[in-house]
Amino acid sequence: MEITFELGYAIDTFYFLMCGVLVMWMAAGFTMLEAGLVRAKNTTEILTKNVALYAIACIMYMVCGYWIMYGGDGGISTATPFLEGILSDGATGVAEDAATYAPASDFFFQVVFVATAMSIVSGAVAERMKLWAFLAFTVVLTGFIYPMSGSWTWGGDSVFGLYTLGDMGFSDFAGSGIVHMAGASAALAGVLLLGSRKGKYSEDGKVNAIPGANLPMATLGTFILWMGWFGFNGGSVLALASVESANAVAVVFLNTNAAAAGGLVSALILARILFKKADLTMALNGALAGLVAITAEPSTPSPIQATLFGALGGILVVFSILAFDKLKIDDPVGAISVHGVVGLLGLLLVPFTNPEAATFSGQLLGAATIFIWVFGISFIVWAILKAVMGIRVTEEEEFEGVDMSECGLEAYPDFTISRN
Amino acid sequence: MKLVTAIIKPFKLDDVREAISEIGIDGLTVTEVKGFGRQKGHTELYRGAEYQVDFLPKVKLEVAVQDDHVERLVEAIVGAAKTGKIGDGKVFVYDLEHAVRIRTGETDGEAI
Repeated sequence: MEITFELGYAIDTFYFLMCGVLVMWMAAGFTMLEAGLVRAKNTTEILTKNVALYAIACIMYMVCGYWIMYGGDGGISTATPFLEGILSDGATGVAEDAATYAPASDFFFQVVFVATAMSIVSGAVAERMKLWAFLAFTVVLTGFIYPMSGSWTWGGDSVFGLYTLGDMGFSDFAGSGIVHMAGASAALAGVLLLGSRKGKYSEDGKVNAIPGANLPMATLGTFILWMGWFGFNGGSVLALASVESANAVAVVFLNTNAAAAGGLVSALILARILFKKADLTMALNGALAGLVAITAEPSTPSPIQATLFGALGGILVVFSILAFDKLKIDDPVGAISVHGVVGLLGLLLVPFTNPEAATFSGQLLGAATIFIWVFGISFIVWAILKAVMGIRVTEEEEFEGVDMSECGLEAYPDFTISRN
Repeated sequence: MKLVTAIIKPFKLDDVREAISEIGIDGLTVTEVKGFGRQKGHTELYRGAEYQVDFLPKVKLEVAVQDDHVERLVEAIVGAAKTGKIGDGKVFVYDLEHAVRIRTGETDGEAI
């Protein structure tokens, strides 16, 4: 049965928007995950950070981010600052066999990805960073840093006129590198300048545990992210209204789910072997690692390959978290490991199942380009913020909890909480 | 009169309560407490890093009895609360000087 052009246009647009809604909901997932893994005294502040970063990302990407990312030679010519160019009808003058959707729906889908990248940063710098320094950084990352690296990848532009990643065998379907590793690179730069939480590392080199306050919330957050990821990867097919694209979407959903399951099980078992107890927080990180690992290419692996790729991510993330602790790089929620280290793994797995689109050298070049750019510029921006306004709260404020010093509100005022 | 205080594992509370009822003792006060003994708590792992659990949860029982009931009571508590593993707890017996039942004003032997 032939589908009419207008119906296809409507279905693709609807699908795109609904996937965007799912990805938007990932902001809730990150918020719950992070609120669960920090101590009770820092909960209000992490909630504030997460709602504010989402809103700032939406504004900055509207003002200039989308235009920087897609307004260049390789992108779509209608992208303009303040989005006026994308409010038009996308169907006019488009060939009938092309995948089409309303241009404004593309903005909505893209903006929720920017917010995802920034959410990754908030977890890594939790419990000790000043709220307003974080929000100032959010403005720069969502309005400039991420859109620049995005323009070289999905935007199709050349990297400062030197080379074009798409021609070099680089492929990142839904953003293992472009979104997740980028977020983690910015987080790593912030954490290096910020330092570890007080009491995390003893002077004799011992690593001390700082257990999270609310594991039900962290688990809910993980499930929300798992669900949102269907939009993240599934929406990245960019179309639904044909047999071919409907099949692709179904495979992407299936593989995304399989990878998360593989990651959770492998991390759970590994934690049991290493620590003699089933560490829930590692299992949760394992599920997310599985999702990050499959994000670079969820459409070509077989279901068993997707499960194994996810499992590989789950194993890597546990060792990565332990290694960062050895290096005294304090990441309360494991964001740099989940999104950065496993994001790189995801990129490097693409050539195994999709050798036409990606080569190892292309993937490495792309990963290096993203990392050097995002880490380098982020480091400079964090350093400027540190010099101008300071990025870390005082020792006393950290002890009392940033909820009171930054927000003046406790998350659980009716409960007695331990201050350690 | 004696006051028998016992620190036991929380999961043994029901067994101890039954054992005490069986020997005809009618009153018992329970408090949830935390503490440590010779093992000084234990360590747990969170994300691969150790943390010390200094105070372990226990249940404290208090039972006031006539002198001639003490031996049976202590036997009943020890018998019911024992697992043979570390952390089973302890029983302490104190002299009890005076007791009053508030409702009736009865004292000492009548009050317990």
